[in-house]
Amino acid sequence: MSGGTKAAPRLDTDRLLDDQRTRIIVCCGSGGVGKTTTAAALGLRAAERGRHVVVLTVDPARRLAQSMGLSSLDNTPRPVPVPDAAEGGTLHAMMLDMKRTFDEIVEGHADPDRAGQILANPFYQSLSSSFAGTQEYMAMEKLGQLRRTEQWDLIVVDTPPSRSALDFLDAPQRLSRFLDGRLIKLLTAPTRAGGRAYMKVVNVSFGVFTGIVTKVLGAQVLRDVQTFVAAFDTMFGGFRERAEDTYRLLQAPGTAFLVVATPEPDALREASYFVERLSEDRMPLAGLILNRVHRSPAARLSVARSTAAAEALLPVGGPADNAHSAAVNGGAPLADVTRYPLAVAALRLHAERMQLIAKERRLSQRFTAAHPAVPVARVIAQPEDVHDLAGLRVIGESLSGN
Amino acid sequence: MPVRDTDWEGVRLHVVTGKGGTGKTTVAGALALALASAGGRVLLMEMEGRQGIAQLFDCPPLPYGERKVAVAPGTATVPGGDVYALAADPEAALIEYLEMFYNLRHAGRTLTRLGLVDFATTIAPGLRDVLLTGKAAEATRRRARGRHIYDAVVMDAPPTGRISRFLNVATEVSGLARVGPIRAHADTVQRVIRSPETAVHFVTVLEEMPVQETLDGIAELRGLSNGGLQLGAIMINMVRPTGLTDDQLLAAATGNVDLHELVMGLKTAGIEGTLGPGGSTDVADALAVELGEHATGVLNQREHRRALAGAGQPCYDLPLVTDGMDLAGLYRLAAALQEQGAA
Repeated sequence: MSGGTKAAPRLDTDRLLDDQRTRIIVCCGSGGVGKTTTAAALGLRAAERGRHVVVLTVDPARRLAQSMGLSSLDNTPRPVPVPDAAEGGTLHAMMLDMKRTFDEIVEGHADPDRAGQILANPFYQSLSSSFAGTQEYMAMEKLGQLRRTEQWDLIVVDTPPSRSALDFLDAPQRLSRFLDGRLIKLLTAPTRAGGRAYMKVVNVSFGVFTGIVTKVLGAQVLRDVQTFVAAFDTMFGGFRERAEDTYRLLQAPGTAFLVVATPEPDALREASYFVERLSEDRMPLAGLILNRVHRSPAARLSVARSTAAAEALLPVGGPADNAHSAAVNGGAPLADVTRYPLAVAALRLHAERMQLIAKERRLSQRFTAAHPAVPVARVIAQPEDVHDLAGLRVIGESLSGN
Repeated sequence: MPVRDTDWEGVRLHVVTGKGGTGKTTVAGALALALASAGGRVLLMEMEGRQGIAQLFDCPPLPYGERKVAVAPGTATVPGGDVYALAADPEAALIEYLEMFYNLRHAGRTLTRLGLVDFATTIAPGLRDVLLTGKAAEATRRRARGRHIYDAVVMDAPPTGRISRFLNVATEVSGLARVGPIRAHADTVQRVIRSPETAVHFVTVLEEMPVQETLDGIAELRGLSNGGLQLGAIMINMVRPTGLTDDQLLAAATGNVDLHELVMGLKTAGIEGTLGPGGSTDVADALAVELGEHATGVLNQREHRRALAGAGQPCYDLPLVTDGMDLAGLYRLAAALQEQGAA
């Protein structure tokens, strides 16, 4: 980009999409950076370049979902017509229904009687619809399922909008740890626990413990948990195994992680954490996508020069001292104090934009200084939100640098 | 104390929600300051354990305890009141709850160490919310010598996507605990939240997704079973001056910038000629493109604003504070809220 600091290597997304060995692309990053849009734009572009693609989204904005023809959360990949697909490329898209995905696992792993028992249990219902981590786990589970069908040669997935962007890597382990945890055992297996190590660790008598839980939550909750665990017991092993399979799938060659961020401090800080975490977990990072980067067609007109020029068109002591006062006070004054209100406004807007560009550049340079080997692709900020395939196509083009 | 007309007379618990990234914590802080400006004492509560309030008021991380963080500006005749802050934490609230109702402080601590809160909030996700909203309800109703300790409580609540579930505590808990003490506690909290003393405000910026989430959130709160939740204001954050008259905006958005005026102005200011490789771009043309993009953005924002107005709740504008949010900026936002009748 600019001199002084070493530029980041360029992330060639088209090469990534064209490489038949690329089978899974995971878009991750903090909330609100455009993960879903990026995933959809990549999916469309890949389909247009001849791949058989399915985009798995978790919680898309309504109009984005509509742009791909998705109207309901039905957990089934739906075809998206791509008029300009090369060589028979295809695009499917689906939204994740985490509860249904969980139900399907239960149904697939237990005999009908037992499955019915589990599905009806209030504790299971709570766990499958609101446990922090279930959504992440089910997204990964669904990814594994889609991959195993071999119906698509490329799966693009966006990760859930978690509080922490790392959650989806931890969620499978967290869920199996929870289901396997000592508190569950304490509550459900007093006879097994008798005289065993649990008591030493726990240091309160079992009676006091269940007593308090019963007092606070009521005896019925405890009974529900006990019934659930008894019914679920035989599935624990399978659960852990699947979680481990999916985790390995993510590490395998053929998977590419794309960290998505906007050129803002919080998003880039989160992106940094993510890059580090992926490398710790030996997950294959393809690069950083920097979304909503601003540009100017008059980049050589500096902040200082355009600010000075705007001031030169205004009387001394006029509203130039406070760039906002004119507009805040109703917008009229500019025309009263200068013969060139349009030029003043244009120069001020330009100065603001150049300031923003400079700030974005500093932030992205800071990221690259910390992670010099991470390739970066930039998406130019669009004046309007994406509503249709044409909008997604523009994003894909900007991404590829064309 | 002179009586001022505000839009939220009688509201003592202000719940502030908004999509992530819209400045929810900042606006909650500004609202607390604005409310305290009439004198009196306001409690600002954080629910998510991010210590955003401490950062906002530039003070050390908040303990689980109410601490004074700011003095409101006041007027020539009325001295400003105080803003207290509290970072609510479900574990501490659980211990407090166990102690208050069962005299179980010690056991509570042991259970917390063992991960009981994690466990309990997993099997009953509503429990965590009951503990947090319960703390807010308690602070709102707390009295000493016949009067309320806090004239108002401002809650920096979870984001819009989770707000209706968060506030609908009794229903959430009842799925698991149909009877029992926690259910009774949830019912008490619900009564406070659904009383006319509570209002739910939405913070948004003029962008498509936050606006859509705000409208969805409002519709969801309206549709909550057996109703009774009072909707508050829509607080439009980071509003930027347009810098252009309506005529100029419309012209620019449709690609009809008055190039002659622009060129004359630039020339007068000493800027003319071309930019870019080989002088390919004329300065005026380039600036006209920027004007066009800006105008398109402004017109989109107006559309978002109309959509928000359609929700039928009062809307307040909060100006964009450039150069980073600091205490001075926060006071400016508080003043803006007061001028518009929010406090």
